[in-house]
Amino acid sequence: MQSDHAIGSSAGTTNSSNVILQAENVSVFYGSFKAVRDVNMNIAKNQVTAFIGPSGCGKSTLLRCFNRMNDLVAGARVEGRINFRGQNLYDEKFSRQLEEVRRQIGMVFQKPNPFPKTIYENITFGARINGYQGNMDELVETSLRKVALWDEVKDKLRQSGLSLSGGQQQRLCIARALAIAPEVLLMDEPCSALDPISTLRIEDLIQELKQNYTIVIVTHNMQQASRVSDMTAFFNVEIDKGGRIGNLVEYDLTQKIFQSPSQKATQEYVSGRFG
Amino acid sequence: MTTAQGPDSVQDEQAKYTVDLPQRYRFDFVFATATWIATAIGLVVLAILLIDILTDGTGRLSLNFLSNNPSSRPALAGVRPALFGTLWLLALTTLFAFPIGVGAGIYLEEFAADNRLTQFIEINISNLAGVPSIIYGLLGLAFFVRVMAPITGGRSVLSGALTLALLVLPIIIVATRESLRTVPNSLRQAGLALGATKWQVIWEQILPLAFPGILTGTILALSRAIGETAPLIVIGAATFITTIPGGLQDRFTALPIQIYDWVSRPKVEFHRNAAGAIIVLMVVLLLMNATAVFLRNKYQKARQL
Repeated sequence: MQSDHAIGSSAGTTNSSNVILQAENVSVFYGSFKAVRDVNMNIAKNQVTAFIGPSGCGKSTLLRCFNRMNDLVAGARVEGRINFRGQNLYDEKFSRQLEEVRRQIGMVFQKPNPFPKTIYENITFGARINGYQGNMDELVETSLRKVALWDEVKDKLRQSGLSLSGGQQQRLCIARALAIAPEVLLMDEPCSALDPISTLRIEDLIQELKQNYTIVIVTHNMQQASRVSDMTAFFNVEIDKGGRIGNLVEYDLTQKIFQSPSQKATQEYVSGRFG
Repeated sequence: MTTAQGPDSVQDEQAKYTVDLPQRYRFDFVFATATWIATAIGLVVLAILLIDILTDGTGRLSLNFLSNNPSSRPALAGVRPALFGTLWLLALTTLFAFPIGVGAGIYLEEFAADNRLTQFIEINISNLAGVPSIIYGLLGLAFFVRVMAPITGGRSVLSGALTLALLVLPIIIVATRESLRTVPNSLRQAGLALGATKWQVIWEQILPLAFPGILTGTILALSRAIGETAPLIVIGAATFITTIPGGLQDRFTALPIQIYDWVSRPKVEFHRNAAGAIIVLMVVLLLMNATAVFLRNKYQKARQL
């Protein structure tokens, strides 16, 4: 059942030509509270990048900056630059078209959150509001095929998305995100509410999707990170007088992070000694 | 988990608990009984009221009672102008209060920043819901009847409806906000993450789910509005009128006014007319509430799909 995932051998270093997302001195604040400080990282195209680290280390917070979903949190503020294909997402220009940013950088959430509408409408909503001109029936089929859900639901497209199992719901949510043709897919602990078998199916799916998409995944599950990702970023929390601040400790090939990390904290975390 | 202490100390710990189920069951029984009595008192009072009204008023109910105008002879008097006045008020009040109330509710819940100004507005709206209705009547008299007389035509059905709309606006706003709050935030995030604008998410995903609650709140608020007497008396609704409003600026009366007028007369026959008019008013209310339940069930089915 479990396929052998070849890990990051082709990944290599992230040279500037295939970098799609780039964090430069990114700090995130909630009001006056600093949640994440001074993150610098390049995320390569068509790779899976995993964010790991203990609770409160800011990995989800940083992920939500990549499609500016953090803007929805009252008082959230970002310093530094997050470049998407070389352009700073926090420029004034993008602030006036957040919807287009989010169409190109899709997101899958921790808990499956299909709309309480039909499976069909779940897929078509994003396409419709973004002015999709193609054939909707075809779009529904190809999107559901991309997540290997088509055969399971092709006879019940008019049933509620909520009638599916948790794992199917999450794949529906991924299909919904893919239906608007994003380049990047951000996944915020997409398997943490799923059973082990559903989890494996999503992991297989992630491997397939990276052919066409760039995937950034936050996970609490270190085995998952080592199975699915090419690059891994380890975040940690430091206790400061100002509170708990997340920071990026080490970012490297997944193999290196799990086998010979250069930082002691990374070594302790991936070997399960804390976190 | 590990037993550093022996089994003896576990028994010692056990001994510190006095389970005494019979005593706890007695309390259960006492409270269940107390809440049952509270319910029964409410129901009995309601039943007595209903029986009293029905015995007094059923005899007066007839098509003539509905189609006749008021008269100084109780046997000939009917509720036609009052019934039509009430229906006019109901329609106009809905027309004004529903879009404005739901709109304000959506703005405050979905668009407004959560700052001190919003909180201040929130507190004031909640307070307005508790202001005595006669105060709204005074406002209506000063503003709609006098200041806006060229538009409203003075003591007209339009002035009455605008006054009642003000009265129920806070209730509709609060009901709208509360139903919007029951829609999980994860759906808003899902919509926005797909590149939808705020309004697209609200219109396509949030409002359909909140709609049954908004509708119930609105209809309960309107039920309150059509039972109101005080504000209409203050703005000068007619107590004796034999015409029904043909336009917005026409004079009007309403069922509560007619009831108030009849019960304050010395003749017993008029009191029976009042009981009859109360039954008519209650039927209108029942129909409204039935509509609310019907629409709510319909939309809830759509929601579960």
